[in-house]
Amino acid sequence: MTDFWSTWIIVLTAISFVLMIWILFANRKREQGTTEETTGHNYDGIEEYDNPLPAWWFNMFFLTIVWGIGYLIVYPGMGNFAGVLGWTQLTQYEERVADAEARFGAIRAAYLEKPVEEIASDPALRKMGQRMFGNNCAQCHGADAKGSYGFPNLTDDEWIYGFTPESIKATLTHGRVAAMPAWGDVIGEDGVKQVTAYVQSLGDGGNADEATLKAGAQVYQNFCVACHGANGEGNVALGSPNLSNDIWLYGGSAEQIAHSVRAGRNGAMPAFGNLLSEDKIHILTAYVYGLKQ
Amino acid sequence: MKHDAVEKNIGLMIVLIIVALSFGTLVELLPLMFSKQTNEPIAGLKPLPALELEGRDIYIREGCNTCHSQMIRPLRAETERYGHYTVAGELVYNHPFLWGSKRTGPDLARVGKRYTDAWHRAHLLNPRDVVPESNMPGFPWLFDNEVNSAKTGKKMAALRMVGVPYTDEDIAGAAAAVEGKKEIDALVAYLQQLGTLLQARR
Repeated sequence: MTDFWSTWIIVLTAISFVLMIWILFANRKREQGTTEETTGHNYDGIEEYDNPLPAWWFNMFFLTIVWGIGYLIVYPGMGNFAGVLGWTQLTQYEERVADAEARFGAIRAAYLEKPVEEIASDPALRKMGQRMFGNNCAQCHGADAKGSYGFPNLTDDEWIYGFTPESIKATLTHGRVAAMPAWGDVIGEDGVKQVTAYVQSLGDGGNADEATLKAGAQVYQNFCVACHGANGEGNVALGSPNLSNDIWLYGGSAEQIAHSVRAGRNGAMPAFGNLLSEDKIHILTAYVYGLKQ
Repeated sequence: MKHDAVEKNIGLMIVLIIVALSFGTLVELLPLMFSKQTNEPIAGLKPLPALELEGRDIYIREGCNTCHSQMIRPLRAETERYGHYTVAGELVYNHPFLWGSKRTGPDLARVGKRYTDAWHRAHLLNPRDVVPESNMPGFPWLFDNEVNSAKTGKKMAALRMVGVPYTDEDIAGAAAAVEGKKEIDALVAYLQQLGTLLQARR
């Protein structure tokens, strides 16, 4: 703040204090106790007594002014004058952060030194992890971690990028972007229908006829096998999901599978490496790792 | 002092009331209008591009600020949950500001990049599809309505009058930038940039 505005604030604040005190005392009636004197106001015969303020009331009024002056001496308020305590909102915030770090930092640091497999079922870690999960992960993966349409279930057996502490931590830190290309223009609508039937047959079967399945298998061999594998087992290194089980990120109906084939999918997981500290990501990794048990 | 003089002269009373009330404004508001801390944009702050600007207006139209604040206070509990506390320099191009005063839903000051576009679209269509316990209303019409490109340039010109540094090119290209976009695109683009300039690990 410039000196001009600092002076401006100090002068106007001082004037307002002087005016408040003047108004309070200029209107004070010295004599105590009630009188029969009225203000002279008369409304339909109803008159108004002109008694002094009760002493306790007047004194409280006065004390608030004294308190205000005391406040401006102790805390910042008079322009650039920082107050005798030197208090600022920011230092108070930083102190509290440091306090919390002193209390909880060591607990987190101790977890950071242990491998994920070892701490995943630790009851205290699961409590901490659950709260961090609730704040950072539950919006997409659900408070029960069971996911929803387009957001993976973290409690089942399918792990698109692999069920290892390393891959979970990499997902949390760097995020993921799925890269299922759109095949609609390449294989045509017939191709989409055939390969959809074939993909369904990899899991629970579906009910397509032999010719469609054969054509679908051909399309699959030409376009899908590189990522999803010869038997639809998927590839965690590429993040291509297993097509031979009954777990479907976007639903297992023919419409949904056909849409994935036709238009592609680019589901994304945001990166938390710039938002959460390393120890918190470690705890979250262990929490997520332990969800499956 | 005689009360009569004030009580029987309404003009004098108005003047004295204004004098009494103006002290707070003169001391607490006026200096901030000339303060560096509140008027200088933080490093990297740019005026909202056309699509984000339209998204902001949709945010206002749908009353998002009624239930969502955009103001992270410097309290540990808040910065743990939402990220770096809000600073004045982030908000110098906000006219009007959207701090809000009530959190039925979470604060959105740093919601940008926290979720994916797909999540925002699913959530705005029907929040319970992704957050079963949510009581936020759905906004399905955003997926049908197109952004009205006729006014985008004028909005930028109006904001320029109050100090937002839009260039002539920004204004000239505004209509083309939002042409044919759905309202949901604009709103998600707006949400995805919120608070992304100041990121701190927590």
